[in-house]
Amino acid sequence: MATRVAYTLDSTLDSVNMVEQTAEQLAIKAGFSEEDLHKITMSVREAAVNAVLHGNAYDPGKKITVAYETTPDALAITISDEGKGLDPQTVPDPLAEENLLKTSGRGIFLIRSFMDEVKIRELHPGTEIKLVKHMSVPETGAKEQ
Amino acid sequence: MSLKSSARQVDGITVLDLSGRITLGEGSVVLRDTIREVLGKGEKKILLNLGDVTYIDSSGIGELVSAFTAVRKEGGELKLLNLTKKVHDLLQITKLYTVFDVKDDEATAISSFTK
Repeated sequence: MATRVAYTLDSTLDSVNMVEQTAEQLAIKAGFSEEDLHKITMSVREAAVNAVLHGNAYDPGKKITVAYETTPDALAITISDEGKGLDPQTVPDPLAEENLLKTSGRGIFLIRSFMDEVKIRELHPGTEIKLVKHMSVPETGAKEQ
Repeated sequence: MSLKSSARQVDGITVLDLSGRITLGEGSVVLRDTIREVLGKGEKKILLNLGDVTYIDSSGIGELVSAFTAVRKEGGELKLLNLTKKVHDLLQITKLYTVFDVKDDEATAISSFTK
């Protein structure tokens, strides 16, 4: 059975911290490993920063919405903003030699590295990003018939 | 928990012991101001002890890169010490592990600076 909660928040760093902390609490409750916990919280933080900073540009008139959905085998977080939109195809590759010493541009790359599913969709205006992490099946926990 | 920084001198090297989080906002600002202050005093050989840094986000990674290039621009050297597994993995997947000079022993790190 899925449980879903959603919030509408101001475009502030306090919201980013709250979004991250809520994801951490839900991931702990769901039973994710410590390693996955870090991957989830970091990805959610990066997505929230993108929404608040690059999307809404801290505009007090624009909000972000965050929805968390927990199922027995996964945690999904959807974050949307009201900004000018993001075309993921235009994000430079942070691993390219010429970009290695750039001071920004690694957020989406880290999210894609850490989460199992990442979907980015333009909202006109704004961007929605959905992150999914599946519960790992323990290697020693093979199902017995 | 925000970032805390304390400086000490070892054989002419400025060792900055950092603890907390290097993230967008306060943590990144503390690191930026600390590096600026150290460079302002003419100290150009800097060892960042990240042993007690519990978390770095992409903004924090950017701040480390910024510190690295700022010190190099001044003709100095900046090295990293005592990475946690999380930070080590982050630098690996962003290919920055090959950019930074990373050490896991302070004495070795200190002696590796150009005299």
